[in-house]
Amino acid sequence: MKVLVPVKRVIDFNIKVKVKGDQTGVDLSNVKMSMNPFDEIAVEEALRLREKGNATEVIAVSIGPQAAQETIRTALAMGADRGILVKAEGDVEPLAVAKILKAICEEEKPGLVILGKQAIDDDSNQTGQMLAALLGWPQGTFAHKIELSDAAISVEREIDGGLQTVELKLPAVVTTDLRLNEPRYASLPNIMKAKKKPIAEKTPADYHVDATPRLKVIKVTEPPKRRAGVKVKTAAELVDKLKNEAGVI
Amino acid sequence: MASLVIAEHDNAVLKDATAKTASAAAQLGAPVHVLVAGYQCGAVAAAAARLPGVEKILIADAQAFARMIAEPMEQLIVGLAPGYDAILAPATTNGKNYMPRVAAKLDVPQVSEILAVESPDTFRRPIYAGNAIQTVQAPAGKKVITVRTTAFKPLEGAGSAPVENVAAPADPGISKFVSEELSRSERPELTSAKIVISGGRGLQSGENFHLLEKIADKLHAALGASRAAVDAGFVPNDYQVGQTGKVVAPELYIAVGISGAIQHLAGMKDSKVIAAINKDEEAPIFQIADYGLVADLFKAIPEMEQELTRLGY
Repeated sequence: MKVLVPVKRVIDFNIKVKVKGDQTGVDLSNVKMSMNPFDEIAVEEALRLREKGNATEVIAVSIGPQAAQETIRTALAMGADRGILVKAEGDVEPLAVAKILKAICEEEKPGLVILGKQAIDDDSNQTGQMLAALLGWPQGTFAHKIELSDAAISVEREIDGGLQTVELKLPAVVTTDLRLNEPRYASLPNIMKAKKKPIAEKTPADYHVDATPRLKVIKVTEPPKRRAGVKVKTAAELVDKLKNEAGVI
Repeated sequence: MASLVIAEHDNAVLKDATAKTASAAAQLGAPVHVLVAGYQCGAVAAAAARLPGVEKILIADAQAFARMIAEPMEQLIVGLAPGYDAILAPATTNGKNYMPRVAAKLDVPQVSEILAVESPDTFRRPIYAGNAIQTVQAPAGKKVITVRTTAFKPLEGAGSAPVENVAAPADPGISKFVSEELSRSERPELTSAKIVISGGRGLQSGENFHLLEKIADKLHAALGASRAAVDAGFVPNDYQVGQTGKVVAPELYIAVGISGAIQHLAGMKDSKVIAAINKDEEAPIFQIADYGLVADLFKAIPEMEQELTRLGY
């Protein structure tokens, strides 16, 4: 069984983003970019399935600028077998990404697609679910633990009240939550090896998908700022302030 | 045409998130209908009928909807979509699960986690964990929206909407519910509590969360945690407040032993009043706290408890 792992190039999670002065977006110039952290978890889970003998091949796909090739290389250095780069400039919305991935799934026929539950840039939390719907496949979102059997996958999901387990017929889509696993670091020999692994280059047009955004971004602004308040000296003083000054207890 | 709100509930109780989503829907200017999809959920529909500003309740009562599994929910909502201009769900783990399927099937982009309605097609939503706010305009056609419920207040008053049955489409049969492990608690729910007290890595162990429980009991507060505390296994995942956990905006948020990583702040910085207790004076949490106490929490929390007891809490 092949496992497809879509990976997104985003601002590194350690970077504090700056909103551009002209309110058109967030400043991406000279900022460190990395693989979306949830997607790293997805790559790791796919590799573990291959190591357990459940998967035969792990294919990393990225939809983005030429530089997204680096993100695919990161996945290849972790251990993925090959990559597909679908070149598209600017923002590509989750629905367009899902349509491109659907076309790739029809070509590659994976038994499982594993991807991050959300990208930490647009925080949409849509792509996996949209892909599943377009393919008519079941989904296991916010996965905490997965277990594969012959024709089905059991997914333990992180939900608001605790954990929920669902069983899905394969093929299926799984989106990862934080505690599914801890992604490995790529070793130097594997980084070298990854340079030789193949990456196919495509465009959205190859898949007959129009990747033009449909949502119009009117502006991007800073959130309202909170100012630091006062320091209190004792717990009793804190209780007094909360009761008599703020009136919240 | 009307707007359809998908109710959040557990087949017995209508969750607060529904009223807040209905309040966001009302701002679109069209009549609001509420869909209660569940199993043996008549009481929920009756509660929904009393929501103010709601014109009609639809109830789809079938076993396939008992746990709001995404695949049957998609079929149900897509089937109802022709009668609506906009479909809204709360951005709970349920709403986040089924709504993008609906959007994809309708071939419309979803607008996730709106914070405000600027006009019937223009919304504000957080990106980059709330470090930037995007104003987006949805294209003509149906709107599929999830709502960050902490950003909307329920409408005041009471209604008496008629309840209408809708037929449940056949379960696609590709997914099934197996089991659920829910945290049981007598305390208020994290996302709707007026007071939240959260612990971080500074608590050092799960057992030490009992210190916070004592305060929570006195203040009728919900208990939360930072990602660090959840990752360390101190408390279950459903306690997590932050970008990837729950977003809360209570009247009072008390952060104990939490340094204030960006991803945690994203989940609580809209709280009305923030109090922080941390022994590290430089902890970023103090930059946004209204009241900061630099102290060892193992000393400060028992003292706080004593003071509350003394004051009759």
